Amino acid sequence: MITGPTPQSPVVRLAGVDKTFARGDRAVTKALEGIDLEIGRGEFVSLIGPSGCGKSTLLRIVGDLIAPSSGTVTVNGKTAERARRDRDYGMVFQAPVLFDWRTVEDNVKLPLEILGQDAATRTKRAREMLDLVELGDFLKHHPYQLSGGMQQRVAIARALAFQPSILLMDEPFGALDEMTRERMNGEVLRIWEQTGTTILFVTHSIPEAVFLSSRVVVMSARPGRITNVVDIDLPRPRTEDTRETPRYFELVTAVRESLRRGGGSLDDAGTVDPATVERTIAEGAVG
Amino acid sequence: MSAESAIRLSPGPDDPVGRGRRSGGGAIRSAREYLPAAVVFVVAVVGWEVLFTVLNLESFLLPKPSVILAALQANWSGGRFPLLPSAIATLQEALLGLAIGTFGGVAVAFASASWLTARGILLPLAVAANAVPIIAFAPLLNNWFGALNPLSKALMAAVLVFFPVMANVTRGLVQVEPGALELMRSYASSDWTILRKVRIPNALPYFFTALKIATTLSLIGAIVGEYFGGANSVLGRLIVNSASALKFDITWAAILFGAATGIAFYLVVSLAERLVIPWAAAQRGDG
Repeated sequence: MITGPTPQSPVVRLAGVDKTFARGDRAVTKALEGIDLEIGRGEFVSLIGPSGCGKSTLLRIVGDLIAPSSGTVTVNGKTAERARRDRDYGMVFQAPVLFDWRTVEDNVKLPLEILGQDAATRTKRAREMLDLVELGDFLKHHPYQLSGGMQQRVAIARALAFQPSILLMDEPFGALDEMTRERMNGEVLRIWEQTGTTILFVTHSIPEAVFLSSRVVVMSARPGRITNVVDIDLPRPRTEDTRETPRYFELVTAVRESLRRGGGSLDDAGTVDPATVERTIAEGAVG
Repeated sequence: MSAESAIRLSPGPDDPVGRGRRSGGGAIRSAREYLPAAVVFVVAVVGWEVLFTVLNLESFLLPKPSVILAALQANWSGGRFPLLPSAIATLQEALLGLAIGTFGGVAVAFASASWLTARGILLPLAVAANAVPIIAFAPLLNNWFGALNPLSKALMAAVLVFFPVMANVTRGLVQVEPGALELMRSYASSDWTILRKVRIPNALPYFFTALKIATTLSLIGAIVGEYFGGANSVLGRLIVNSASALKFDITWAAILFGAATGIAFYLVVSLAERLVIPWAAAQRGDG
């Protein structure tokens, strides 16, 4: 499934991507403008920005769920559409999008059924993935019997089931409480380190972006542009202790200042709340 | 890791405490649930009997329950007003109508869910048709298909059944979580796969909701069709004939039969619902 590009070629290459949404014949919204970005194999890249900066739109353009108005998208050396048809993408959304009529195990099997894999492979693979997200004891449960965090772990297991070469995650933990979110962050890092999958991750939480990423791409709104890219040089493996190191706070501050300089809107309290560092320290002590 | 999953087996912050319990004691619980309604029903019937005895009211206004029960026993299967054969004949008409109406409703729902053009044409027509008091067509149906032909009653039932089935199933097929469609698109799945794996399972609870409404409507359709003429041993004719013969105790016994048939019909559908889509009932918390 992973049609291998040469090691030095990026998994994702965006060049001059624009996106405008026409609303009737009146206003035309410029959602994205002049996006250039390359994501290398095995990278963990976060897109961060205020509400309406087009970060989710950009993720959907990479995944060929939305077509760009202009510019080119290349994934594994192919067009985004070709990559989608080759099942190069695993997707995780803010809502877990699990099917209540399927058990947890059968939800994870869904993409494998669509790919036409045989029953034995499907079962084996689904169980491996559920073990990976530590839900091996919940195979026969239905999604509505699980908590929000557990549902999102099922969604991650499903996205990884067919070994996609890139995982696209759109605010996957946005609906979870802070404690669960931090635990899920740790899980995603562990899974990323075990699978070596390339991840593109959309978030509006600065601590989350810094903790997870190898690079944080900072965006501004109206029109959505990339204003800065912050390299996150925190050592790996990252643990809960990482959240308490001085370098972590420096990087959180760097990302926050990038957001401000880029005109990151202050209406998004979660993004540019000056108390975030203090709060993070307090929660770090609990975790 | 094993320690962690062991911990998860007991209720923790990430555990679905008290959710999705489909445990025993269901029978006791539902008995307790329905007890107040049963008590009120019995008290009302006894009160009716006592009141009419004490006030010595004329039985042509409203016969006492004991009189109705006696009529029920006396006319169970023989004589001029045979209740059981009549109820069976009416039920057969209603069932045929239910089958025709449901089949038609589901067929149109699939058409309108699959083709936007079909939806554009069919839905406004169906809504307009639903605004018409369809019962008014009953004499015409008798005229077209013959008053003695059970098909004329079945078609009256079918016309009544059609709309709620069509409207509900269309909604179930169309109102799918947008994320589910994005997910299926990311798997590059065909419309046929989306229909099979997402739309149809999503529509099943809507279908059963419609079917519960439809059972009652099919009986109404059949009985009202019979009011305008038909074979003598059907419930509708029996009600009309016994009333014009001033045998109101038999009229009420027939109504009681119709009510019991309707309730039994409804319970059968409810049971089928629990068997076919147990997850939907469990999710509502009445499983």
